[in-house]
Amino acid sequence: MIAVQVKNLVKHYGSIEAVKGVSFDVKEGEIFGLIGPNGAGKTTVLRVVSTLLKINSGSVRIMEYDMEKEADKIRKIISYLPEDAGAYKNLTGRAYLQFIANFFDPKQNEQMVQHGIEIADLGERIDDRVDTYSKGMMRRLLVGRALMTNPKLAVLDEPTSGLDVINSQEIRKLIKDTAKKGTTILLSSHNMLEVEYLCERIALISGGKIVEEGKPKTLMDKYDADNIEEVFMKVVHQ
Amino acid sequence: MSALGNIIKKEIRELLTPATFLPIVIMAIIFGSLGGSIQGVQEAAKEKPIVGLINEDNSTLSAVAVDVINKSAKVVFNSTSASDKQLGLDAVKKENGIALIVIPNNFTEEILNNKSGPIEVYWIMKGAGLMDSISSATVEFLITSINTNISTELIQRNTSINATFVLSPTQRVETTYFKDKEFKGLSPNTLSGMLSSQSFIVPIIMMMIIMMAGGIVITSMALEKENKTLETLLTLPVKRTSIVTGKIVAAAIIGLILAVIYMIGMGYYLQGLQVSQGGVNLADYGLVLNSEDFLLMGISLFVTLIAALSMCMLLGTFAKNFKSIQTLTFPIAMFAIIPMFITMFTDFDTLPLGLKGLVFAIPFSHTMMAPRALLFGDYLFVISGIIYVAIFAIVMISIVVWIFKTDRLLVGSTRMKKLKGHLSKMKRF
Repeated sequence: MIAVQVKNLVKHYGSIEAVKGVSFDVKEGEIFGLIGPNGAGKTTVLRVVSTLLKINSGSVRIMEYDMEKEADKIRKIISYLPEDAGAYKNLTGRAYLQFIANFFDPKQNEQMVQHGIEIADLGERIDDRVDTYSKGMMRRLLVGRALMTNPKLAVLDEPTSGLDVINSQEIRKLIKDTAKKGTTILLSSHNMLEVEYLCERIALISGGKIVEEGKPKTLMDKYDADNIEEVFMKVVHQ
Repeated sequence: MSALGNIIKKEIRELLTPATFLPIVIMAIIFGSLGGSIQGVQEAAKEKPIVGLINEDNSTLSAVAVDVINKSAKVVFNSTSASDKQLGLDAVKKENGIALIVIPNNFTEEILNNKSGPIEVYWIMKGAGLMDSISSATVEFLITSINTNISTELIQRNTSINATFVLSPTQRVETTYFKDKEFKGLSPNTLSGMLSSQSFIVPIIMMMIIMMAGGIVITSMALEKENKTLETLLTLPVKRTSIVTGKIVAAAIIGLILAVIYMIGMGYYLQGLQVSQGGVNLADYGLVLNSEDFLLMGISLFVTLIAALSMCMLLGTFAKNFKSIQTLTFPIAMFAIIPMFITMFTDFDTLPLGLKGLVFAIPFSHTMMAPRALLFGDYLFVISGIIYVAIFAIVMISIVVWIFKTDRLLVGSTRMKKLKGHLSKMKRF
């Protein structure tokens, strides 16, 4: 089943066309990566899929729901982790997770929070105020928040942004495990090696357009490249 | 350039923004206009006051009084019979005058018998603001002059009147007419003071609530953006209306708690003030708020608070970060301070038409003016104010919810700059 279907997506910011007719599909349970430089349109696409931005033309479907008509229903089954997200600084990590869980099914409230605490893996620090957390701890808490609801679709914008090698590795493993349990993952990254490791399929985006799409291995073979970074350079300079 | 010069240049460039200067420029303009208005009132006070005169005492000392009145005032009604009192009052009202002065037939006789000669003053009070009492001061001065001139006359005659009495031979018997009510024994100054002490607490509390609760809402929006929590919140399964309402209601609760704390302090202050009123009670003149009035006051306060907070919410959507809070709170502070000063210093009824329109348009004015209007039974004014403010609040909330449903909150006015930045990076890539 197709979890995400984006067709000819166009998004303007005033007179600037940030996304110029992007189309791609993500299968259910798949990890799909959007790769591109700053300003390529990755975050705009992810924000549209997360119901944050309106589209100018084209269509977006998440599971059986149409983005323009059923955004409220989509919000119940997705989870979005922005690149530079934060949490409410006056709350403890646990209280923050509880606050988020309160928006979902009350019967699974406790379970969700417990799951979030396990993912964040902050030990006793989960009961400390968020404003005392390091950048890595904050990111772990936010990943926990994003995945604790067992969303059908998790949209992760630069999930390991600002994290050290160890934390990044753990988050990547967590993402893989989450996908194995049936959650579809749509992520973006500058880190092409990370994408190569995580994603079953990728789309290379540049200047608001998808310039190439496929499995990492297939693309590397096609462009006779050693890694995705090399593929990207070859595609862009074609 | 030296390191110090480099820092100064950078700091000035950062501070030299319209957001820094605009509030101060507007404040300067407002205070300049207020100064102009006060000067206008003072100029008007220099002109001869318009009065009516009934002199029943065709005798020597009343002639002294009449002479002072004719020289110092513009007399628009003249009579020798007390039965013409109503005619006199009507004539003074018609000419926009200040008072009808009646010298009774026993005036001279009483003084010559070592008793105070009564001068009856029937005041036509137009407004209960502090500025409105300036015009009555000119007639008060006139009565003092009559007293002085009669003293002089008595001393020149070498009469056998008591030396202490001769310095104060007249006695003022005052009645004030205000908003179709008669206040026997009260001067406009006393009445105005009593009304101010009863009604100034609401404007001050209202202003405090608006500024405090409004600041909370704007801060909340600014923090959502600065802490990068807004995007997450907007992707959660919660209606935009619930987010807007939740923020407004929370700020309203905090605002009301702050108001209660403030009112406790003001309550003690008012108790002290009532002692200094010399035991005069507005309730003795039928000026008392009943339970229905308090209900209307409560409704007025509630809708005004919601209107203020929804307006703050709208301004909050423009907040980019914590730094922008001060600039965004400024319009709210102005909207709260302008009607507070106007209601404290003047009366809505005596304002020029243009200013009346402005005061009515500012939604926060209505709660501030409600206590006085309710004291005088002006329910139409209060209810129409509530309806206007409720409509204002609904429109504001609708606009805010609409903004929450668009990209405006996230993209904002910085989108062009960001995109230009991204595009230039793309070109470099």
